[in-house]
Amino acid sequence: MEWLSMGQWSPYVVGIGIGLLSCLSFLVSDKALGCSTAFSRTSGMIERLFRGGTVAEKAYYKKFTPSIDWEWLLVAGIFVGAFLSAQWSGQFRWSWVPDLWAGSFGDASLVRWVVSLGGGIIMGIGARWAGGCTSGHGISGTLQLAVSSWLATLSFFVGGIITAMILYGGL
Amino acid sequence: MLKTLHSRKTSQLTIGFCLGILFGFLLQKGGVTRYDVILGQLLLRDFTVVKVMLTAVVVGNIGVHFLKDLGMAELHPKPGSLGSSVVGGLIFGVGFALLGYCPGTMIGAIGQGSLDALFGGLLGMLIGTGLFAEFYPALEKGILRWGNFGDLTFPQRLKVNPWWLILPVALGILGLLFWLETSGL
Repeated sequence: MEWLSMGQWSPYVVGIGIGLLSCLSFLVSDKALGCSTAFSRTSGMIERLFRGGTVAEKAYYKKFTPSIDWEWLLVAGIFVGAFLSAQWSGQFRWSWVPDLWAGSFGDASLVRWVVSLGGGIIMGIGARWAGGCTSGHGISGTLQLAVSSWLATLSFFVGGIITAMILYGGL
Repeated sequence: MLKTLHSRKTSQLTIGFCLGILFGFLLQKGGVTRYDVILGQLLLRDFTVVKVMLTAVVVGNIGVHFLKDLGMAELHPKPGSLGSSVVGGLIFGVGFALLGYCPGTMIGAIGQGSLDALFGGLLGMLIGTGLFAEFYPALEKGILRWGNFGDLTFPQRLKVNPWWLILPVALGILGLLFWLETSGL
């Protein structure tokens, strides 16, 4: 069972695993792997706590009911699976500032928090605007040869590469 | 198709959770739940993310179409438009680079103890998706409809049997991965 505690697997082994997992998901659940609607549903559930049942009347929450569904549990499972993998390989550690970030922008957690919060907000808007993320479009949609997913995935990387290059001074 | 299994609500929720555990385990083992690996990809210094994604696409593309031909699976391509897929994709990309995780790997990063993913990424995504829901009625009438093409797939567009595209796509991806390896990336 040594492979379970290995720090990192070959990207090709991981890719084959995720490809097989996608097939399994279509077979047993008639669904494609994806993540981002779970965040919309959770956001709706939180908003409902404060504003009550009228939240469910919003056009978007009529499309994506604010409730726990298959994809929500898939996302909850990702947390558990990643925790187990990190724990068994001794990689679990609390950290605020990634090494690469600290090397260029220092180790102040407040600065990293502000930028990661801003990034999260923009990514949340973009994911729902494009109708999917790097899982739903990037893997599940491209493997179905969907036009929307190939366009969205190319755009994710174009936007991401330009922003990263500006941030780290490569452009 | 396993229609009876698909219709069992509680079983499906359990299956979703179990598939998620496997997905999260694989993402963490691949190193793609780490900020440094994702930014390394966007800065074009480390191609781990592309290697994982493209390998998954080759295997999944062949596997899912094979299941479909056996009558064991149905495709679910997402609808799209230029205003949605391209504009939304570019917005996503900006957030992706600032945060340094995508939605799924962000959850995986929380599982390995990354607090920027929890208090920045997760909180931000809940705010961002909430804002999107707020502005959805206006966007839906305008930009999201620009250049609408629906849930089209390339084989439908080109009116060919999907295998005429699956095999060239697989060979193209394998060629690209081979080139990445031989050039030491």
